[in-house]
Amino acid sequence: MSPKRKRSLLLGLPLLGFLVVLVVLGSGLGRDPSLLPSVLIDRPLPEFQAQRLDDPEQWLSPADLHGDIALLNIWATWCPTCYQEHTFLNTLRERDIAIYGVNYKDDREAALNWLSQLGDPYRFNIDDPEGQLGIELGVYGAPETFLLDAQGTIRYRHVGALDETVWEREFLPRIRQLEPQS
Amino acid sequence: MTSARRRRLFMVMSVVFASGVAVALTTYALRQHINLFFAPSQVLAGEAPVDRVIRVGGLVVPGSISRDQETLQVSFEIADNIAAIRVSYSGILPDLFREGQGIVARGTLGPDYHIQAQEVLARHDEEYMPPEVADALKRTSMAHDGY
Amino acid sequence: MIPELGHLALVLAIATSILLVILPLVGASRGNHQLMATARPLAAAQFWLLAVSFGCLVLAFLQNDFSVQLVAEHSNTRLPWYYQITATWGNHEGSLLLWVLTLAGWTWAVALFSQSLPRELVARVLGVMGIISLCFLLFTQMTSNPFVRILPVFPYEGQDLNPLLQDVGMILHPPMLYMGYVGFAVAFAFVVAALIGGKLDSAWARWSRPWTTSAWCFLTLGIALGSWWAYYELGWGGWWFWDPVENASFMPWLLGTALMHSLAATEKRSVFKAWTILLAIATFSLSILGTFLVRSGVLTSVHSFATDPTRGLFLLVIMALLTGSALLLLFLRASSIRSDGRFDPVSRESGLLVNNVLLAAACGVVFVGTLFPLLVDVLDLGKLSVGPPYFNALFAPLTLALMAALGVGPLLRWKTDELYRLRVPLIISAVISITLGFGLTYFLLTPFYWLVALSLTLVFWVICTQIEDIRGRIRNKHHRWQALLNLPRHYQGMVLGHLGLAVTVTGIAMVSFYDIAEDVRLAEDRSTVVAGHEFRMVELYDYQGPNFSATRAVVEVYRDGRQVTVMRPEKRFYWARQMPMTQVALSPGLTRDLYVALGEPLDDGSWAVRVQYKPFIRWIWLGSIIMSIGGFIAISDPRYRLARRRRTATVTGEQHVAKT
Repeated sequence: MSPKRKRSLLLGLPLLGFLVVLVVLGSGLGRDPSLLPSVLIDRPLPEFQAQRLDDPEQWLSPADLHGDIALLNIWATWCPTCYQEHTFLNTLRERDIAIYGVNYKDDREAALNWLSQLGDPYRFNIDDPEGQLGIELGVYGAPETFLLDAQGTIRYRHVGALDETVWEREFLPRIRQLEPQS
Repeated sequence: MTSARRRRLFMVMSVVFASGVAVALTTYALRQHINLFFAPSQVLAGEAPVDRVIRVGGLVVPGSISRDQETLQVSFEIADNIAAIRVSYSGILPDLFREGQGIVARGTLGPDYHIQAQEVLARHDEEYMPPEVADALKRTSMAHDGY
Repeated sequence: MIPELGHLALVLAIATSILLVILPLVGASRGNHQLMATARPLAAAQFWLLAVSFGCLVLAFLQNDFSVQLVAEHSNTRLPWYYQITATWGNHEGSLLLWVLTLAGWTWAVALFSQSLPRELVARVLGVMGIISLCFLLFTQMTSNPFVRILPVFPYEGQDLNPLLQDVGMILHPPMLYMGYVGFAVAFAFVVAALIGGKLDSAWARWSRPWTTSAWCFLTLGIALGSWWAYYELGWGGWWFWDPVENASFMPWLLGTALMHSLAATEKRSVFKAWTILLAIATFSLSILGTFLVRSGVLTSVHSFATDPTRGLFLLVIMALLTGSALLLLFLRASSIRSDGRFDPVSRESGLLVNNVLLAAACGVVFVGTLFPLLVDVLDLGKLSVGPPYFNALFAPLTLALMAALGVGPLLRWKTDELYRLRVPLIISAVISITLGFGLTYFLLTPFYWLVALSLTLVFWVICTQIEDIRGRIRNKHHRWQALLNLPRHYQGMVLGHLGLAVTVTGIAMVSFYDIAEDVRLAEDRSTVVAGHEFRMVELYDYQGPNFSATRAVVEVYRDGRQVTVMRPEKRFYWARQMPMTQVALSPGLTRDLYVALGEPLDDGSWAVRVQYKPFIRWIWLGSIIMSIGGFIAISDPRYRLARRRRTATVTGEQHVAKT
């Protein structure tokens, strides 16, 4: 090999190295390093028996969440981000989105007070004072929102507050997929 | 050997030597100082090494925070979907440390599945700041009216 | 109206940059002078359009125009006016606009200060700058338009600026950092222009030197400001965290430093050509990589911006395009790049080679440490992070080796030299520095650390050898002080730069080993003793700020029974974002900082308080300032301008010969 040839091959190395870096960076793109994957995607809601927040006499089970494509929102009054998220939930309610709530490790009085002051976007709330359901659902931080299909299967999970951007980017496309073709 | 050759040899050898040393040291240092990340359930399942620095992330279990009355010892539980483990820490917690928020503790795991943390991190994360501004107005006014 | 005007200016700037890409480059390839001559006015037009656009955005912030989404999300009527201005770049969209404005500024500056350069080269350089600018303008317009309105219903109050960013350091940090990042685009453009033209003599090295140095100066200041900001604003007294975002700015700095030095060798002795070209490409690419890492969210960081994968993808494509084509050009032109200079193992060239190898290795260390978690994640091998000990363990020896070489390198002559010639100054310096380094550490500092003794020895080594060198240069002059001032500017700049590094290393060594941090429980009329200072909390009260409420403690500090200072740390709560913030109290000094931060209130009304004693921490930033002053002095050397003029004469002469 001539020295010139050798030289030009040597100077091709940076290009090669750069391509490798590009591939690594590119495949890292879709990932969110702060998230732990949920094991529950495409599985039915875990079994539970829990009281209704505004009516402790009434007991709820996964079957009560069947029927519509719906959101299952985990919230609590001690969680400041839930407070920020609440207004957006109210607007979703105005758009006729079914939302069920899980009042997570919270005080019943405080929660009802919160709903009467800030508005109640939920069809009903599941009272989860001990966080039992939260643990079954794999809740990582409040707020979190699960997307359920009409059969009560978990289709998507979002950690953190919901807002218009997240809604349009993460939820709407999935909901359109789930809706029966008409 | 001509001087041009000697020069080239010198260049090549110094580059090879330097990069060899660099690679060896880097590998060694990486081995020593990598902090693996675990979820509490993985820790309880015995996947995390004992007596090595690891990072454990989870949400702070509400009501689990307990402070020593005399010192700055604090302990709390962090949980994931399956399990919760206890973390002890001595010192000041970050501003954004709150019940229910995700945090990361860096420390060593003791034999009793108890983390002795050297550092507790809460992310300064803008993701948790909603872009919907309509609520900001209510929020600020309410915050002001003594919420 | 004003936001629309700003947006219009932005769109016009895009159109201008398209012209800036096409006309001069086509002109240069066809030898059409009229087309080439469009480069300068287009560069100026692009800058002013972007200045108008940015000005409109600032105005929107100042007028509390909450119909603009960006303003609503990052500002607030209660925010003081100067933070309303800085809020403009305290977010992704605004800071990107600042980025392109800075780039347009550099482009315009190149257009202004290149009067004596060959016409083809200027056209090509400005054309390449135009390509970079077009990429980032499209990125701004398509993924991060800052002028988006929320209509018809917009809020009457904004969400406020992140309290962490409500700070003086933040006013200057991003612009400085961008001046640095983006400044390396000039070196990049010069290299690509030279590669396109196929004329790889050392002239381009001389032309890009002042630009590289000035970019480096700004980046140095920017990083120092960022470190200073983290030190007092994040509330923990750390000044460097090896966080991905910090590393992102540090990698271009390391390679930029190497580039500055290798450009010297390439210009003077026509050696290391391919390597210098590669460095110029890599430095700018790392600047883009930095932007990518911060904006794409592929890595977790303590202070991350809101992230978005589409933006990440866009940036990745830009990087692939710019870096990829530059590297491809380099590959294609490989045969025409010849370094014809010869040098001996003991020579200035070898010294610069050692400098470059060490700096490149240091950059590699940071690169590996920063991207390794991502690689492992991509390969699904688990989630991990690389801790500061990794960086420290590798960085300390590299820096010390660099300091050791720094004592000898500048004393060596170009091409060939003998260490025997330098034996006297080197031995004297070695004796003095070992005595001082170990002596001071042993007698003045407890406990004794070998690493500190070694670091201080090397600091004195650098200082002594520089002094010896200067002495040698002015020995035979009559008026020595006059002679000192008459030394060439580029030489003065170099000495200052190296002394600045010594100052920074002193600060780092001292604060890393001798800082004292204690978390204590304090209440009114209780006190604690840290590093010989008694901290007594005399008062604790609440007050209201413009956009926050706060608890403030008054802490009196006594030493040997005498009051040294009064410190007032605060804990603030910002209403709009419902966010608590620690406002630390500092008592700065040349040899030590005292640092008090309120942690959290405890049940019995007392507070957890962090009290710190930070020896010599100011030296870290002081050294950085000295380094960049050195850089600015070096650029002011009239040599560059004279050399340029002479060079042009020969170049035009050559062309004339070629045409006839």
